[in-house]
Formats: sequence, C-alpha cells, structure tokens
Amino acid sequence: MEESKKIYWKGIEQLANSPEYVKHAHAEFAQPGPEEDLGHSRRDFLKMMGFGMSAVALAACEAPIRKAIPYVNKPVDIDPSIANYYASSYINGGDYCSIVVKTREGRPIKIEGNDLSGVTKGGTSAQVEASVLSLYDNARLRGPKAGKEKISWEDLDKQVIAKLSDTAGKGGQIRIVSNTILSPSTNAVIEKFKAKYPTTQHIQYDQNSLYGMLKANEESFGKAMIPSYDFSKASVIVSVAADFLGTWIAPIEFTKQYAQTRQVDENKKDMSRHYQFEANLSISGANADYRTQIKPSQEGAIVVQLYNLIAAKAGKATVSGGAENVNHLAKAADELWANRGKALVVAGSNDKAIQVLVNGINDMLGSYGVTILPHLPVNYRLGDDQAMANFITEVESGKIDVVFFYNCNPVYDHPMGGKLGAGLKNVSLSLATSYKEEETGLLVNYLAPDHHYLEAWNDAEPKKNQFSLAQPAITPIFPSRAAQESFLIWSGVSDADYFEVVKNNWKTWFYKNQTLDFQSFWDKCLYDGVLELPVEASAVTFNADVAAAASAIASNYKASGFELVIYENGTVGNGSQANNPLLQELPDPITKAVWDHYVTVSPKDAKEISFDESKTKYASITVTGKEPITLPVLIQPGQAQGTLGIALGYGRTKAGKVADGLGKNVYPLVGLVNGSLNYTVSDVKFEIVSESYQIAQTQTHQTYMGRQTVIQESLLSEFKNKDWKREFHPKVSTWSDPEHKVDPGSLSLWKGHEYKSHHWGMAIDLNSCIGCGACVVACNVENNVAMVGRDEVIMRREMHWLRIDRYYSSDADPENWKEIEDAADNPEVVFQPMLCQHCNNAPCETVCPVAATTHSSEGLNQMTYNRCIGTRYCANNCPYKVRRFNWFKYHDNSQFESVNTAMNTELGKMVLNPDVTVRSRGVMEKCSFCVQRIQSGKLTAKKERRELKDGEVITACQASCSTGAIVFGDVNNPESKISKLLKIRPADEKNPYRVDKITDNPRAYQVLEEIGVKPNIWYLSKVRNKEAEKA
Amino acid sequence: MIKLYLPSAFKFYTVALILAFTSLNSFSQDIPSDPAAISAGESLFNANCKACHRVHQKLVGPALADVYNRAPSIDWIKAFIKNSSAVIASGDDYAVKLYNEYNKTQMTAFSSLKDDQIMEILAYVKAETDKGPAQAVVKTDAATTGTQGAGASNQYLNVILVGMVIILILLIVILGFLVSALKRFLDQKDLTEEEKEIVHSPISAGSIFQSSGFVFIVVFLVASLGFKTVINTLLSIGVQQGYAPTQPIAFSHKIHAGQYEIDCKYCHTGVMKGKSATIPSVNICMNCHNQIKVGTITGEAEIAKILRAHSENKPVEWVRIHNLPDLAYFNHAQHVNVGGIECQTCHGEIQTMDVVRQQNLLTMGWCIDCHRKTDVNTKGNAYYDKLVELHETATKKKTMKVEEIGGLECAKCHY
Repeated sequence: MEESKKIYWKGIEQLANSPEYVKHAHAEFAQPGPEEDLGHSRRDFLKMMGFGMSAVALAACEAPIRKAIPYVNKPVDIDPSIANYYASSYINGGDYCSIVVKTREGRPIKIEGNDLSGVTKGGTSAQVEASVLSLYDNARLRGPKAGKEKISWEDLDKQVIAKLSDTAGKGGQIRIVSNTILSPSTNAVIEKFKAKYPTTQHIQYDQNSLYGMLKANEESFGKAMIPSYDFSKASVIVSVAADFLGTWIAPIEFTKQYAQTRQVDENKKDMSRHYQFEANLSISGANADYRTQIKPSQEGAIVVQLYNLIAAKAGKATVSGGAENVNHLAKAADELWANRGKALVVAGSNDKAIQVLVNGINDMLGSYGVTILPHLPVNYRLGDDQAMANFITEVESGKIDVVFFYNCNPVYDHPMGGKLGAGLKNVSLSLATSYKEEETGLLVNYLAPDHHYLEAWNDAEPKKNQFSLAQPAITPIFPSRAAQESFLIWSGVSDADYFEVVKNNWKTWFYKNQTLDFQSFWDKCLYDGVLELPVEASAVTFNADVAAAASAIASNYKASGFELVIYENGTVGNGSQANNPLLQELPDPITKAVWDHYVTVSPKDAKEISFDESKTKYASITVTGKEPITLPVLIQPGQAQGTLGIALGYGRTKAGKVADGLGKNVYPLVGLVNGSLNYTVSDVKFEIVSESYQIAQTQTHQTYMGRQTVIQESLLSEFKNKDWKREFHPKVSTWSDPEHKVDPGSLSLWKGHEYKSHHWGMAIDLNSCIGCGACVVACNVENNVAMVGRDEVIMRREMHWLRIDRYYSSDADPENWKEIEDAADNPEVVFQPMLCQHCNNAPCETVCPVAATTHSSEGLNQMTYNRCIGTRYCANNCPYKVRRFNWFKYHDNSQFESVNTAMNTELGKMVLNPDVTVRSRGVMEKCSFCVQRIQSGKLTAKKERRELKDGEVITACQASCSTGAIVFGDVNNPESKISKLLKIRPADEKNPYRVDKITDNPRAYQVLEEIGVKPNIWYLSKVRNKEAEKA
Repeated sequence: MIKLYLPSAFKFYTVALILAFTSLNSFSQDIPSDPAAISAGESLFNANCKACHRVHQKLVGPALADVYNRAPSIDWIKAFIKNSSAVIASGDDYAVKLYNEYNKTQMTAFSSLKDDQIMEILAYVKAETDKGPAQAVVKTDAATTGTQGAGASNQYLNVILVGMVIILILLIVILGFLVSALKRFLDQKDLTEEEKEIVHSPISAGSIFQSSGFVFIVVFLVASLGFKTVINTLLSIGVQQGYAPTQPIAFSHKIHAGQYEIDCKYCHTGVMKGKSATIPSVNICMNCHNQIKVGTITGEAEIAKILRAHSENKPVEWVRIHNLPDLAYFNHAQHVNVGGIECQTCHGEIQTMDVVRQQNLLTMGWCIDCHRKTDVNTKGNAYYDKLVELHETATKKKTMKVEEIGGLECAKCHY
C-alpha cells in the first residue's frame, strides 16, 4: 500500500500554488517596501527618495482638516485635558480591591489603589491594574441576544418573564449561578427575585475554591467563615502550600502586611521568618527564608506532624500519622512555639481535614485574635462546591427548568463544566449576564449583558462591616444593562434603577446616628469609596475532632507516580481576564514566561527523562479517567521532584482574539477530596512527546553566582551587627597609582551636572519587593507601552520599560558545577525591578549621533522619540539593557491586532494615555520616570503658587506597589521620603546641588557601581532571615 | 455707537480714591474702596460679568452703575448673584420686575463667588460709577512689542546691505577711474601695435557672458536660489501660518473680544486650568445668545445655528486652526496662568480678527526662540523662590530666562 502523507496548507492560494502566491511566499510584506528591494540599484534608491520627498511636499500642501468638537452642555466637573478621579471598587467574582479610577474626557485610562480603604490600603495587583483594558475588550457583547440573534431589551424581558411565570406556575426549579457575590445590594436583589419565584436557589461557586476552609471553620468554631489574617503581627509564618503573596484569599492585603514585617533599617533590625512547604515554586516560596519542597500528597502529613510537634510542647494529645524527616519542619515548630502569640500557620489545601488541623495548631499558638481575626470574617470566597456539584448533576438529569448565570462562566471554569455544558440543552430557559459571551454564553438561550464593573453602580462588603461603593467611571459603551436591574425587572419591578436601589439600601442600612444630612453622607461615601463601620472583637473557642481529621488525612492521600499541582498564576489568574494582553504579556513572576501555557517539571525529573535543552518539547499529561492533555515542558528550578505544575486560566475557546487557543483548560483535571475541590492530583502519567517547542521567556538566566555588583544580599544575623557593611564595595585603580584604589564615582571625564531645582531619584527595596508584577502592568498602562506578542518576545523584542529580573542563587561554590546543579533544585530567589537607571553619566547619551537622548536639569535621562533615527547605539551602550526598540509599527497594524488591542481597535484605543506619545516604528524608548506625572505635579504647584510637596509626584510603578518597595522623589529635598530613607547628603557640602551624593543607609547600593555611570536609582540590599550556614 | 474706554491705571486709581472718600451713599458704605479690592474686582468683573453687563451701558443685562443704591440691599445683590432664579422664585418684587423687564432671561448662577469677591466686584462697579462714563480711549496695540526685536535685526541687515552696495558701486567707479588712468599712462608710452590692441581691446558683451567667471557666478546664484527654495519648501511642510479656514458658524472674535471686550477666559474656560484652552460649549454661547438673536454683521442666520445646536443637542464641529503635532506637549495653564502670557503673544491680535487665522509659525524654532527671550514669571510664585535665589547668587541677575531653568530641554514638551 502506498504510504499516505497528510498535507497541510494555509489557504487556497497555497494549494493551487499560483504564480502570485509563489512570488509573495517568501516576502515579509505583501507589497515590498524599500528595505526588501535588495536587488535595486543606487539610482532606484535616489529616484524613490526624490519621489518620496516630493510626495511628502505635495501631501503637506493639503493639511488634513482637524475638527474641534466641544460639548453642547459641558458637565461642570469635566474639563478637557484634565483628569478626574473617581473612587470605586474592583469586583471580579470574589476578588476585590478598592480603587481610584483616573478618567480623561470621560474615559477610564488608569486604575490606582485607594489609600482610604482600610482593607486594601492603596494596594493593587496586576489583574486590577490590567482590568481597565478589559473594559475596552473588543469581544464584549454589543447588546442582548437570543441565541445568535440580536434582540431588544423589551422583547428579551417579555420572553424571559413569560418563561419564568410559566415555570413558576408549574413549580419548576429555578437556579441563579454565580461566583462569590460580595455585594449586599446584589444579594438583596437576588432575595427579591427569590421571593417572587420561591423555587429559586442561588448557587455560588469559586474557581479557586476555599470550601474546605469554610467547612473546617464551621467544624472548629461553629461558623462557616473565612477569617481575616494579619501577617503584619506575625514573627514566624509557616505556610504549607498557601501562596498568600500570589493568589491565596486576598494577596493585596497580605503582601502589604507581609512587607511590613520584612522591612528592616537601623532602628528596626527585626523581621519575620517565613517557612514555606510547597511543590511548585510560588511567589510566596520565592520570598520565604526557608523553603522545603514537598509533594502535594505530603501536605496533610506535614500539617499532622506540625500539629504533633506543637501539641507535644503544649502538653496536648497528639494525633496519629505525620511525616518524618521533613526539612526545617522541627525548626519551624520550635520557633512557632517560641513565638506563640505572634505566629501564624496557613495552608493552601482545600481539604477540610487539613484546615481543621491548621486551626488546631493556630489555636495552640494563640494566633486567634492576633494574627487571625475570626471576628472580622471575609467574604472573598463563599462558594459551595457541594451545592455546585449537585446543581450540575440536576441539570444533567433534567431537573432544572431555568438557569441564570450571573457573571460567571462555569462551563469553562468548573471541573464539571463539560457536563454542565452538555446538560444545558435539558434546561428550558438558560441565560447569562456576563459582559462577554464566553464559553457559557455560547450554550445558553439568552445573553443579557451586564455592564463592565467600571460602567456600573455597585457595592461590596469584602469583610464584615467594611463596605465599599463602585460607581460608573464611564457611560456604558454598549447597550448593556445592570444585571441587578434585569433581575429586578424579571421579578416584576417595572422602573428598576440599580443606582437607586444601592442608594436606598445604604440609607436604610448605614445612615444611622449621623450628623450629616443623607445627601452629604452619601457624597462622602462616594468620595471615599468606602464606609468602614466598627466590628466588635470576640473570641472563638476551637472545638473540633482533630483525631478524626488526622485519620481522614491518612486515608485520603497516597503518594504514587507523578503528582500534579493545579495552581493559579499571578498573571492570567483564574482566566476570567485571559483576553487581556496586558496580563498575557506580563512575565510570570517565577518562570518569566509570557503568552504560553506549560507544565513545570523539576530539573532532576527533566534529567531522568533525558531532556534538558533550552528548546523544550511537548509532554502528554494523563490524569486517570480524564482526557490527556499536551503541553510544552518548562524546567523549573525549585519544583519538587516527582511533581508537575500546570496553571489554570488557559485554554479559553470563547474569550476573544487574544486568549482563544492559548494553552489547555485544566479545570477538568481538578478532582474532589473530602467533598471539596482538590487542586492536586496524584498518579499522573507524564510522557515526552517528540515535537519540539520554544516557550517565550523574558529571562533565561539560571543563576547569579558571582554577580555581586547587581544583587547584594546578607543575612539578618550579619545585618544586626552594629558595624555591618555591605559586602561588596567596588574600587577601581588609577593609572597614576595602581596600588591606590578609589571609588569609581570619584573618577569622571565630565564636570558633573548641577541640579538646582529638583533631583529625581528612586529607591527600590529588594527586601520588600515580592516580584508580583503589578508595577509592570501599571507602567504599561500609564505609558502606552505596546504589547508585541509571543513571536516577538522570543526574538527578545518585548517593549516593557520596567521588568522584574528574577535571579536564582545558592550558597554553592561558583567553581563547583556539580554543586551548582544540585543547588538549582531548590534555589534562593531574588527579584529585582530593573528600569532605566537615569544615569548622571549616561553612556547612552554620549553615543547618540542625533542627540535624541539627553540629560535634563532635574536628573532625568530624556528620550525624544521624534528625534530618534533608530541607530540603536544607545541600547548597545546601555549597561542595564533597559532600552527598547520599536521593530515594528505596533499601532494601527493588523499584524498586531490580536496582541496589542490597545493600539489597534477603535475601542481599545480609548485606554491610551493622551499625555504620552504612541511611538512608531524605528525609534527607541525607555522608562521616562513618568515625566508626564512630574510635569503635571510641578504645574499644579506652580498654578497654586507654592512649592512642590513631597509625595505629590509618584510614578505609576510606585503607585501600584502594594508593598511600598518603590520610593520616588526629590533627593534635593532633605525632607522627602526618599532622602530620609537613603539618608542621602551632598558629597560636597559647599555645592549641595552638585550631582554627587552620598547615601548613609548601609543597605543602599547602585547596580554596577564600578562602571561609574552614577545612576539615580538606588537599591536597598536584600536581607534574609536565615541562620548562617555551618561551615 | 458703542464707546470703548480703557482708563490708565493712574488716572483710574486717583479718581476712584477721591470719589470713594467723598461718597456718602447709605448702602455703599460697606463697599470696600481700597485699590487692591478695586483691581481684584476688575478682574473678577471681566472674567464673570462682562459678557453680559457693563457699568454704564445696558447689554444683555442692565447697566450696573449705581446698582448698590438701586437694589433693595447689598445682601439682596449677593443672593441674586449667587442664585438669581431662587430669588425670583421667592416672589421678590424687585427681582420679578427685573426678570420681566429683561424678557425673562435667567442670569447665570455664580454660586462659586464668595461674599467678599462680590464686594470686590461692587467696589469696582462703584469706582467706575463714581468716575462716570469715560471718554473713549483708543486701545493701544499691546502685542506689537513681540515683533519689534525681529524688526530691529532686519533693519540692521538692510543697513549693512545698502552700505555694501554703496561700497561696491564706489569700488566699480574707482576701478573705472584706475583703468582709464592706466590707459592714459600706457598711451604715453611707446607701445607696439599688439600691445596697443590689448590696451584698447573693446569690451564686448559676448566676451563677458562667455567668461568662466560669469558662468560660475550665474551657476552659483541659480544653484543657491534653487537650494534655498527647496529648503524653504521643506521647512514649510506642516507649517500652517496664515491658515484661516471657514468655520461652520461665522463667529467673529472682532465683535466678541474686540468690540464687546468679553474676556477670553469667559469662553475659553480651560485656559487657566489645563492643557487645552477649550472651545466653548454651546451652553456658554447660550448665556448671552439666549437673549441676543440678531448679529451685527450676519443678522439672524449665524446665531440661529447656535440656537439649533442647542435645541437639537448637536455639537458644533469647529475646524481646528492651531494644530500642534501629537509629539509636542503644550499646556495653556503653564503659559497663561503660571507664565502670565497674553493670548495675543501666540495667537496674534485676535480681537481684530473676524475670521481667526494662525498668526504665528507654531514651529519648534518659534517656541524655542520665545523660551530664549522670555523671563520666567517668578513674581509671587513660591515655587520659584529657591531657584530665583540660587540664580541670583550665581549670576547676580534677578531675572532668569525660561532657557536657564531647563526650558529648552526635550522632555519639557516631548514625552
């Protein structure tokens, strides 16, 4: 028999192999541009040049007519070109952040944290920062739909109400399915709906469920709740697989609290000690002082062991089971006990039994009331896995008549989504209110799109008695309607106005014993964005059967084969915002991969399967009873041997152009344990498939050994020493006296600048930076940075002005390669935000042939795009590699439409910052220290005829940083925060405005100090709270 | 005829002061009379009231002379200014009468004006009232100073050119004399025929045209002129000096800003606040055109367009005249509010233009030229205090040019 070969083709032209196709097959552009015409002569070049010039001259004669269209009735508060800020709330399922929305000419263009909030305290995350672009997602629904057809709201209401009353008449079952709902007013609306249709049940589920924890707390304290945590009060933190800095419960709060315990200076030489036991290298693990690799099946045993160790000290009964010989566990137990009353143990598992034991440990340690606040329960995760599973079974068996999906997408993001999707045909009325169609919307009868959260009124109660308002920052772009209004209309309220509902609710609920009239009270709440009422402290008593929990653990976990951890990453998260290119192109904090979905494998396992190339291969991962999935392999130092990690949030099929088809959906792999969703799976088959692949990673360095001039760190025990000095102080020798070494900064070809007005500088504390990446997204949004897509990133052409370098390290001998390789199994991690250092002796400035990059009288290294001719000499000469070249025109270019949505669609362009130029092809760009913010801050001061105050000008990265790692300010002002932090003073007292400054903070250093470029960015060296290694 | 007047500051204050002291009116005793209050009142009056009111002349609203004696009380005036419709609604006799007399035109509510600001406005009105209708004073050309510098250097060049031409002519004459003297000298010598032929060779036009020197000069001149034309053409790309497009409504700045002296800021509300001076929204036009429905030049047709835009809620699509490229950041507040620059400095004599045209080049060279020449307006601005002090110690000069505090740096306008 003849061998049959599959032939693939891209289009009809290729199949027909027409002469036209052959001609263009190898060309980059359909119409060859000048750079393609290598065969042309010099004459042709001159002709084209002449023609081009005259064309330009002719074109210039006809200046385009530009219109200036003012308002008919100008709103009082809106002045063109002046930004307005509105306090609001980011609500995405159970995720919450109190925010301030910056709008220009009525368009939200930036999101910042709200300092007035006692919950998030001005912090943000990458997802919150990126959500402003989701507002302008081209995949948004343009109005209500019945199936594939457009429908008017009136008709939709009529049809829905008819079906509802029909169902109610025959006693049919109605369900409202949603993620956790934080809004008390929305809940009130749902209650109203339930009152009208009593067969209605409201089912909440979460993509990243904490149902096990809810149940454990119910068993321990008699109330199903999740308490608030206060990491800032903890001296010893033990986390068993809880990525509390990345994704666990409320990372925005926790990072802020955690950073407080990690900051050290001469007066506060104490910091918390953090133990992490985990399989995947998470952000929390990367920041931990001691990190132990464990298999997920060991989580329970470790918690049992820890319980027993503590119980022995507390004189309580131990329980059976436990894991012996877990590195650092006994030490952790000792320290926890020594620090009881200021200790904290957390576990990421969704297993009730594990969480009961953790509660028991925390109870013995006296954490309740100090580091854990049960009187202040949070509402972030209220999902009931059991109820959701029952619901899906009911749908499958046809017991449900009507389903409303309120802003959720369970067909995609629930493990039983496939079954639900198939079962929906048994339901007579199914409707989704999501603002996008999504996987669930594709299968329902009606789409009744809600507003995006930035267009809508809403409220939230993220924590008990901590209320928050959301107000629209833009008129709804499309004819969407608040889902709450829809529910009210369907429950028979004819003139539903959700704004009035929220306002009236607040009047009834909160307007009590006020001195203000209601309008003023309401205005104040709206201005602040939050209303925080006191909560009475109350003690809880732990009362749970720990022995039963221990035996449940012993029977539920068996180590066998490869074990898979299904985790949420810090970029795409649970996948609800997957269609946001800002998140897809944000390098994962740990792997530094973008636009890719992969399975992380430990270096040892990679070696065992004889595979250790930089270009990776696909692997097939099979979970018993599930469809095998194929993903590329990423070798991840720090991954526990025998474990695999795969992120949630990929494999979307109906999210939009950006996310569709990226990676695989692993929600179906999530299993069940003890009645709740289990994000770890054992006995997984892992096989390499021969196809090779390259993952787009922005950083591929594996180690920083010997790079003292870039990263400096020390141990807390050394730092506590009174005479502590940084280890590395570079010195250079001069030709005249080679023996005598001097400070590199003291030698210069230049006279040095003098900054009489401001001298802008930045300090970055490596001890506070946790590497989350919120600053990167904030910078991209603020500065109209182009997204370039996977292929361009592979060619190292990403445009990010600010990157977070992630370095692995170990104490291994740099000469001993074997040792280094072993150390790479569980390395220490350092994160270093790297951006233009605004050198005072900038190497880029001296090589630019057209003076497109120059120095300002305030210490800024300025980049003038319109002057740049693209020689790229500057980038070549930059020691920090922070300059970015526009290899393409990324705006208005259909080639980049699916990756750079903010510059290629009419809708997306609304997010651009009008104060920052959109760069074109062929020019260099880089961090400007947010010069537009500096100029605007100065102008405000000038207009008010006063001095510029410290803190008035903050960069976008600083504003987004929830840990406060970045401090920007005027180092000429001795009262500024940065001057005080660095203890900076002029090198020459007689000439205080000269560029040379001395920092007296012993931790302050500059990267690559020895080359003498005198940056305006100082780093504060990292301090680890580890014992010195015994030699 | 509408008279124009612009009293000189000196005359104004003396008259105001004398009259203020001699005034014995009952209400007006509370009205401040110090020059500071009067001048503060003048600017408030210009910015807020002048669009509809004059002191001695009825416009959209009544002439304000003596209003403090005419109105029921000073408090009544304050209440009416802050919210006239409330006073009318309260059934106040005087207010209702006034409302009906002026064809039921609602006065804009100035709720943002504070009591003492209203008193300052009254102080100005009183000073003007006491002074009586002034003689028309022809407004002096304030903005010509800007072009004087350039004119001076041009004149200088002309003098040099004329001088050089005179010197050259003199040289030709002297050379002519020399040639004839030499000829005469040679004629007295014994010369051969050949030599005589050379001395007396006729100068023909043809030989001049064919001489290499002449060809060189002509080629050089043509090439230079051609080069200059090309350069000039290239430099003029995108420069729209003189651009005066037809606007959808034949709005005349000459009538509004010139004849009626409406303060620029009354309509261009953003100019003190932000980057954009803003084109007025229709509701600002309607403040007056609610009432004024017949134009001086165009009659009803043009004003009807505003009324239509207002009633149909459709914005007017004006054609932008002053276009800066997107890569240049320009902020009106920095220049007008902080710098104290007159609108006319960049926009030309706007109050004389029926159709607005782009007066200046708006090129980067033009911006930089001004930044080199202009002193920073540091007076009374604490932001600059430290800089002024440092500058004074370093250079012994009290003033500093924009250039000297970084006004030529790229990132001041390009980011």
